[in-house]
Amino acid sequence: MSTLTQSESATAPQAGAAFLSVRDLQVRFRTEDGIVKAVNNLTFDLEKGKTLGIVGESGSGKSVSNLAVMGLHNPRNTTIEGSINLDGQDLLAASQKDMEKLRGNKMAMIFQDALAALSPYYTIGRQIAEPFMKHTGASKREARARAIEMLRRVGIPQPQTRVDDFPHQFSGGMRQRAMIAMALVCDPDLLIADEPTTALDVTVQAQIVDLLKDLQQESGTSIIFITHDLGVIREIADDVLVMYAGRAVERGTMREVLKRSQHPYGWGLLSSIPRINASVDVPLEPIPGTPPSLLNPPAGCAFNPRCAYKELVTGDRCTTERPPLAMANGHLSACHLTPAQKQSILTEQILPRLSS
Amino acid sequence: MLRFLIRRALGAFVIIFLLVALTFFAFHSSGNNPAQMNCPKGCTPQLLAQITHNMHLDRSLGQQFWDYITGLFVGQDMGTVGHCAAPCLGYSYAGQAFVWDRIAANYPATFVLAVGGAICFLSIGVGLGMISAWKQGSLLDRVSSSISLVGQSTQIFFIGPLAMALFVYNLKWLDRPEYVPITQDPWGCFMGMILPWLVMSVIFWSNYTRQVRSLMLEQLSEDHIRAARAKGMSNRYVWWRYALRGAMAPIITIFGIDLGAVFSGAIITEVTFSIHGLGFLAVKSVNQADLYLELGVLLFSSAAILLFNIIVDAAYALLDPRVRLG
Repeated sequence: MSTLTQSESATAPQAGAAFLSVRDLQVRFRTEDGIVKAVNNLTFDLEKGKTLGIVGESGSGKSVSNLAVMGLHNPRNTTIEGSINLDGQDLLAASQKDMEKLRGNKMAMIFQDALAALSPYYTIGRQIAEPFMKHTGASKREARARAIEMLRRVGIPQPQTRVDDFPHQFSGGMRQRAMIAMALVCDPDLLIADEPTTALDVTVQAQIVDLLKDLQQESGTSIIFITHDLGVIREIADDVLVMYAGRAVERGTMREVLKRSQHPYGWGLLSSIPRINASVDVPLEPIPGTPPSLLNPPAGCAFNPRCAYKELVTGDRCTTERPPLAMANGHLSACHLTPAQKQSILTEQILPRLSS
Repeated sequence: MLRFLIRRALGAFVIIFLLVALTFFAFHSSGNNPAQMNCPKGCTPQLLAQITHNMHLDRSLGQQFWDYITGLFVGQDMGTVGHCAAPCLGYSYAGQAFVWDRIAANYPATFVLAVGGAICFLSIGVGLGMISAWKQGSLLDRVSSSISLVGQSTQIFFIGPLAMALFVYNLKWLDRPEYVPITQDPWGCFMGMILPWLVMSVIFWSNYTRQVRSLMLEQLSEDHIRAARAKGMSNRYVWWRYALRGAMAPIITIFGIDLGAVFSGAIITEVTFSIHGLGFLAVKSVNQADLYLELGVLLFSSAAILLFNIIVDAAYALLDPRVRLG
């Protein structure tokens, strides 16, 4: 643990420079079966106007860590440690009231399933206007005008009439746009997008990603984009954080992580992407096994039961010692393989397979 | 909406007609001789023949049924007992009065019992459910859950006498429950009915408590609740405007069904507390094989149930924009 923290702080960018900085974040849930260690020692920074992509399987702690940033966990069964700093303000020390003022105003979130995330009982317009009235003190009429303007900005046709529609009258893509409008109505500085494209078909996915990029250019919003779709990450992210079993296993710029991954899990992710130009006879290579239980994660490296390169590490370090997140060949990765081994596996095995 | 209401009203008429027809013919196929039952002591064949004639029992069954149905709309001449004005529900030989008058005399008690009881069970039930959901897992939550369980598994004819023994005879806080016409003495009416209201509501409210609690907890775990909080809406706002709004539709449905039940005569409550309402009449009419009184009570109670059913469906459409009436 101590080696991990040391290497983390040694390589972490200076605090204060970043708009959002998360340090040593730990999220624990108390459940009937025991304590779930959902997020462990997570550290990352996000600069203003940049996009951080967070990738990982279901249950890897992507959403949980960001719900912690938003302060949306139930304090009754959740303990959060570490520090989350947004523009100099310590979010973990902030009161409920202060958090309410920040949410929807300075930071906002969009969710995967827009139909579930919009209340079926209120019109789209009302749901967009609500946070605007709350945070700016605008009147009903001003808020309605703002809602129409937001709907126009996110590309809803005839916003003057659609503003009075209910969510069930919108198509899937339009609902996602409406939710983006709802999140951006107060011009937040931080937007957390939790798998906003997962439930959409591919063409709509591309539209939503383009929309988010455009809106980011207009207003300089920082975005955390959570997804398990590496194709989307390539489109939108500046930096990428790969999570596994509640920990960061790889972190670096998008090009570095996607082109020169230094972690067996990252290689697995890359090999499992379908490619349009690949030979149809070459089967996709899934990562064997399933994500570990966070109630009782494997000792040592959490990925070791599924790792194909475990034998290359001398001794039993993979099963006894957790690898620190350390610099190797250009970016941070948490693996016991030596940098030289990683580089040779990448160039000799992974990259040829990807370009075949 | 209007088309929906008209269609449902027509449907309700058909159902009521079928119910009345079924009851009418079932009664006559039971082998009872109503004339014999209404013949006083020392019955002579002449007297029996006279009564049979008065009750129109010498006419064919079809004719009798036709008379009854037309009487509902245009009234009926009933020989020695006089003219029965529309809507004529027939004559109750056992009670020596027109059915309409007997029901009119008894319905206010049922109405007052229903309104007061419904206010009690809705407010207590929903209130306890909300508190249980708010303070989930607390002592209060557990106590109210236990009370609900007891309430669900008990019966009015058990807790009614128990409550009377305690509050009326032992502590002497209340007089013996009775229905005093509300127009005559509102306070007396309130004091006379408070025990029946509360006892009746025990049976009903537990259902609301459990439903409201689980519906609220279910709503609070919904994505749109989290999304509303992510917009910065306060917990209280989310609780009232989002969670309660979502929990309301199923509650309204249960409430409508319960209203139909109590407005059609809470038989057990009325008999337990000797309140002379519609349910009381229903029991009496069956015991005395008083066909037309039975039919009259049936008409009223089925109309109440069907009316509240239609109201529930209409309310559903008003409450949930996704529901379309058609």
